Amino acid sequence: MGLPADVETTGATPLEILIQRARELLPEEGVITDRARLRTYECDGLAHYRVTPALVVIPETAEQLAGIVRCCAEQQIPYVARGSGTGLSGGSLPHAEGVLVVTSRLRAIKEVRRDDQRAVVEPGVINLDVTRASTPDGYYYAPDPSSQQVCSIGGNVAENSGGAHCLKYGFTTNHVLAAEFVTAEGEQVRLGGDAPDSPGYDLLGAVVGSEGTLGIVTEVTVRLVRLPEKVVTLLVGFDSTDRAGAAVSAIIAAGIVPAAIEMMDALAIEAAEAAVACNYPDGAGAVLVIELDGPATEVDAEYADVVRLCEETGAFELRTAQTPEERVLIWKGRKSAFAAVGRISPDYIVQDGVIPRTALPEVLRAIADLSERSGVRVANVFHAGDGNLHPLVLFDDAVPGAGEAAEAVSRGILDLCLQHGGSITGEHGVGADKAAHMPKMYAAEDLDTMQLIRCAFDPDRISNPGKVFPTPRLCGERPGRRQGAHPLQEAGVAEVF
Amino acid sequence: MTDMDIRQMGAFDEHHPPDSDLLGDCVHCGFCLPTCPTYVLWGEEMDSPRGRLYLMKEGLEGEPMSDSMVQHWDSCLGCMSCVTACPSGVRYDTLIEQTRAQVERNHRRTPKEKALRALIFSIFPHPKRLRAMRGPLKLLQRTGLDRRLRSTGLLDRMAPHLAAMERLAPTITDADPLPELMPAVGERRASVGMLTGCVQGAFFPGVNAATARVLAAEGCDVVIPPSQGCCGALSVHNGREEEAQTYARRIIDTFEDAGVDHIVINAAGCGSTLKDYARLLADDPAYAAKAEAFEAKVRDIAEILDELGPVAERHPLDLTIAYHDACHLAHAQGVRSQPRALLRGIPGVELREIAEGEICCGSAGIYNILNPEPARELGERKARNIVATGAEVLVTANPGCLLQVASSIAAQGHRLGMAHLVEVLDASISGSSPEELRTRTI
Repeated sequence: MGLPADVETTGATPLEILIQRARELLPEEGVITDRARLRTYECDGLAHYRVTPALVVIPETAEQLAGIVRCCAEQQIPYVARGSGTGLSGGSLPHAEGVLVVTSRLRAIKEVRRDDQRAVVEPGVINLDVTRASTPDGYYYAPDPSSQQVCSIGGNVAENSGGAHCLKYGFTTNHVLAAEFVTAEGEQVRLGGDAPDSPGYDLLGAVVGSEGTLGIVTEVTVRLVRLPEKVVTLLVGFDSTDRAGAAVSAIIAAGIVPAAIEMMDALAIEAAEAAVACNYPDGAGAVLVIELDGPATEVDAEYADVVRLCEETGAFELRTAQTPEERVLIWKGRKSAFAAVGRISPDYIVQDGVIPRTALPEVLRAIADLSERSGVRVANVFHAGDGNLHPLVLFDDAVPGAGEAAEAVSRGILDLCLQHGGSITGEHGVGADKAAHMPKMYAAEDLDTMQLIRCAFDPDRISNPGKVFPTPRLCGERPGRRQGAHPLQEAGVAEVF
Repeated sequence: MTDMDIRQMGAFDEHHPPDSDLLGDCVHCGFCLPTCPTYVLWGEEMDSPRGRLYLMKEGLEGEPMSDSMVQHWDSCLGCMSCVTACPSGVRYDTLIEQTRAQVERNHRRTPKEKALRALIFSIFPHPKRLRAMRGPLKLLQRTGLDRRLRSTGLLDRMAPHLAAMERLAPTITDADPLPELMPAVGERRASVGMLTGCVQGAFFPGVNAATARVLAAEGCDVVIPPSQGCCGALSVHNGREEEAQTYARRIIDTFEDAGVDHIVINAAGCGSTLKDYARLLADDPAYAAKAEAFEAKVRDIAEILDELGPVAERHPLDLTIAYHDACHLAHAQGVRSQPRALLRGIPGVELREIAEGEICCGSAGIYNILNPEPARELGERKARNIVATGAEVLVTANPGCLLQVASSIAAQGHRLGMAHLVEVLDASISGSSPEELRTRTI
């Protein structure tokens, strides 16, 4: 591709042109070029991947953001979107020659429409603030990642974030009804709408969970859920993860869908106690946090069943939160668990994998074996109801080789997930961290098909390049590692862009 | 001061650079972001605790101390809300104080900045000079500092704030001086030494008098040494380490011979510094042990009253009260439940919570003078949330917060009674009318 005319005439580099354009579009404080400042953006929540971006912009309107992306497209400069920078897969890891587009000033809650149960928000709005804005009307926003008090809705859309309550209520994708979206060419388009369903391909569905590789959302219409009439939160202590796992299976088998059912093992409990003094049962090998919500009569009936099933599977202590404060404290232990591990280990890797729920005891035993063989400690925190594991692999980076050993265990856990028919990520995303694992999970044909979709949105591959897919290829290249044309091309139903 | 003998390591010299072990505790999770007042205002990584820690790390790794680094550390209010929010237990409080001392030594401030700081530190930590004021402007005129100020072009920045302070500060009636000993009423349960503070003593002598009365009513012998001096809080929070150490030694000496069980303070900002004397004087062999012993005795007024439990009768006060957490009480000292429990212990009081309670009001010591614009925005935000509670009286436990919140609420055209926690307790114990509290302004 040839250089645009103005570059040839002025001699300015593409980046210089972008910086100049950014200064015209944005207020002074929204354009960051100072090295010390740029470096504070070099990593997100996955801090061992670091790249200093060439430029950071913090737009205040969707139009400013679209203007920046248009200039990126003209100048062929890669861009990466970032919300609160809490992601755990390096999804918003900057590009060294690119611009980081930060949405933290796009944070207006534009509407809370009680009557049709939806809120319209900008991407930088913090997840929990949507709930705070809608609870006075009797509603809340259901997807609740552990980082809900800090993560942004835009980031949630990019990662299709889940959380403890997604077992019953579904992931972000089930709660996004429409979005304003800036394509990789800088066009502002609207996906989805007020009607419950739109004919044709579900483009909004493709965008949710695309990890910023298709474009950037600048406005999101989310579904609000009625606050339940009754909520009961239980904390149940077991002597082993096997028994706790058996309780989970028994509860689900009984036809009960709790709002949440979370498990923590002994090491994770130790960390949470150290961080927030959550006062979990002494000597527990595992605890379950079980939450039931809904109409009072239904909750009461389910509660009796859950208590019975826990006792039958060997629970040694069962506490029910009596006050909102007690409920918050039970959840505080669970929700702070990741960061709390910093109290018991200098460094750690948060892994994210999925297994069929029924494979839980077997996989946990295999993780314990792996940990014992390698001498690397692993703390387990997970959404037990849907088999989403979050093993925390502990190590001390100051010890030579410890980081590599921890990485090996972490990879081994993913392999275990795949061997049991699971997935390499439940909710943290692929990002920069797991791109190399994608071929273990998908055949080359699957990856090629995904690549074709990506190229339809972003033909120049400038939107968050280097993420999700293992071997980045230009859209003009023939997809696939095989010799010969793609089967769809051979069939005459597709052509290379 | 720039000590050329001290070897530079990137941004910092060798005298207590930000502790790299403490920095290593940060796992970059970002839980501090939404609790940080400047991040809430500006949405920039560099003006969040996580970003400021990252800048410290850059400095340790060899980046020189740049104007932009200093600007972002300067804009921290020191409210310590992030310390409360951090799941990994990062000691941001220690790290920012270490960094600020480095900035004062190793960064060349502009003449304007220097003049403003010199002015502030020639007034605030000196109770006598503060007491001498009939309003800050009058002092400026009397000392000729106003001309110095005008010549630096600072008056434009200063004057609106000082004018507001003068308008809102209580008329300094010559309050009856406090006795050196106020004996316990009834059975003696403890003996306490009382710190009178600088701003508290000068602007709110009524609060000190109420503190002494309430302590005595609850069975304490109250020892109040005259001419105590400043505790050093403002100096610590602004990187003036040596000055702070000098003040701390004097306070320790003053209270050493009093033979009291506890040392009680009614100003949150002072309390958090008094509780950190051991670290401040750790390098001083003559005072390290004394500082540790002193620190162990320090209690905020709410803590000591909660520990002792009530013996004096509470008379009813029919009041709705919004309780504002002072950052240096709630975040720096973890004192949240005690003041609320004390207020709930008064028959007739209805307590209301303020939305975004964890976010600073913008006072933050002398921050509102050094950084008037963000302080004003935070003050407006806090005032809106306070007014929204519909409470009749705002209660807090720090003089800076009272000044800041009162001026913000007045600027929005609202009227609310303003009182320190201990004044409400005093009114209840003495059986005064709630009307006096409803109409009290400062």
